[in-house]
Amino acid sequence: MTTISAQSLDLTFHTGDGPVQALSDITLDVAEGEFVSFIGPSGCGKTTFLRCVAALETPTGGTLTVKGMTPDEARKARAYGYVFQAAGLYPWRTIGKNITLPLEIMGYSKSERQERMRRVLKLVELEKFANKYPWQLSGGMQQRASIARALSFDAEILLMDEPFGALDEIVRDRLNEELLALWKRTNKTTLFVTHSIPEAVYLSTKIVVMSPRPGRIADVIDSPLPRDRPLDIRDTPEFLAVAHRVREGLREGMEAA
Amino acid sequence: MTDMPLSAPGAAIGRSGRVALAIRGLRHQGGPILAVVAVLLALWYLACIPMNAQQSVLLAERAGAVVTPATAAERRDMGGLALTFANPGPATSSAFAQDRPRLPAPHQVAVELWNTTIGQSITSKRSLVWHAGVTLAPTLLGFLIGSVLGTLLAIGIVHSRVMDLSVMPWAIASQTIPILAIAPMIIVVLNSIGIQGLLPKAIISAYLSFFPVTVGMVKGLRAPAPSDLDLMRTWNASGLRTLVSLRLPASLPYLFASLKVAVAASLVGAIVGELPTGATAGLGARLLAGSYYGQTVQIWSALFGAAIVAAGLVAVIALTQRAVLSRMGLTR
Repeated sequence: MTTISAQSLDLTFHTGDGPVQALSDITLDVAEGEFVSFIGPSGCGKTTFLRCVAALETPTGGTLTVKGMTPDEARKARAYGYVFQAAGLYPWRTIGKNITLPLEIMGYSKSERQERMRRVLKLVELEKFANKYPWQLSGGMQQRASIARALSFDAEILLMDEPFGALDEIVRDRLNEELLALWKRTNKTTLFVTHSIPEAVYLSTKIVVMSPRPGRIADVIDSPLPRDRPLDIRDTPEFLAVAHRVREGLREGMEAA
Repeated sequence: MTDMPLSAPGAAIGRSGRVALAIRGLRHQGGPILAVVAVLLALWYLACIPMNAQQSVLLAERAGAVVTPATAAERRDMGGLALTFANPGPATSSAFAQDRPRLPAPHQVAVELWNTTIGQSITSKRSLVWHAGVTLAPTLLGFLIGSVLGTLLAIGIVHSRVMDLSVMPWAIASQTIPILAIAPMIIVVLNSIGIQGLLPKAIISAYLSFFPVTVGMVKGLRAPAPSDLDLMRTWNASGLRTLVSLRLPASLPYLFASLKVAVAASLVGAIVGELPTGATAGLGARLLAGSYYGQTVQIWSALFGAAIVAAGLVAVIALTQRAVLSRMGLTR
């Protein structure tokens, strides 16, 4: 079943230096339960596309549906959880209270909020940190808390905009492994923006390679890798072949631009 | 826990440990602070000599000393410094002990402050504490009105582009008008519609104190990062919810900085508000009466009284700030 469907999507920003075409003719279907990575150089529109899905930007052409609704209807129906590059935890709230904030806004009862908060914190292995303030946690832990918050209200779609972009390689590897496990357990449709080729190949069932000026899709790769992926799958020939194809796609996209 | 030796890690950390650290910090800074105060006092005493030279020399002449020039008429055109150098002895003899000096010496002000505070019953009209209390009431009321009004204006400005473009220029313009010019008009206009007493003074205080709060709160309410606001949008949070759960908490550090400026401005407003009414009570009235009768010691002690009250008010806000921000986990 198709969860997200984009048909010849266009988006032009009007800036002081004249119009900038951020997205051009994007056509893409994302099926339920897929893990789709968007990879490409800066300015290729990968974040913009994610923001369109989240109804944080409005496309200027084409059609986009999220679970059969317009993006804005989907937003109001709380169809997705969004994880930004910065963890975006409010510093005056403890981790637990940061996670219950969206639940509070959505009108969950107090007991339900507590129960859900405990559950998602357990999911990201932070159950001991509910009463800590964000600054008492490392960057990786903050990002896990941010993911827990996005999971707390059981949205079917998870949108992640370079969530691990600011973290070091070691922490990133661990979080990638955890995210993959989380995805297998929850089976959420996930859209994931990244700069990293290994990260994209390791995580995704589908990789969308994008190129800039104007932002467009250069290649869509359906990953042949199995759903069970230990970290050392990254040394297998299959993995390297996919990574190679992503790299080729990126290079061609840059040459065409 | 009770038998933990004092040398154990973390043994002295806690409330008492923190107090000890604060005292130690003060002791480190105590020397330089005292040195600065001593230099200021020395300069003040030094300035008293030429400032009071005319009177000192006159008093010495009356007591029989020989002074140059010999007649008061000749001396009148001389500067204080020149007179001091011409008569070093007579000029210094009574520079610090005159009844109505041009510039009272620090100890004279201190004695006057002591006599009018500790030395008087608080209910006496001669008590500076009583006068300070009279001024404090409109200060606090005006501060309250100004802070609420300033915050409401800031909320409007942040949420409405029309208000942003239309209110801010007026708010700035309001502060370019000298308060001395507008205070009598406020008093007269309010008096003509039957409002007297506390409220007119409080409104002048509010007039001065709303502005720093508005400026600070506009900045504070806009402090959240775009991604923090986007996050609220992804949860489909209402504008009110975003204000309460994101913008207001994020603005608190800005609010407290503004409140410190505002409370001092409020006190100035209340003092200025006492001047045009010819009030007989309040710090402003003390200043006014002192200048009518040439009581410089009284003027200076009222000025110091006002400064002490202002410092106290700012300190109360600083303590509140520390308590609130640490409760919110915003201080480490």
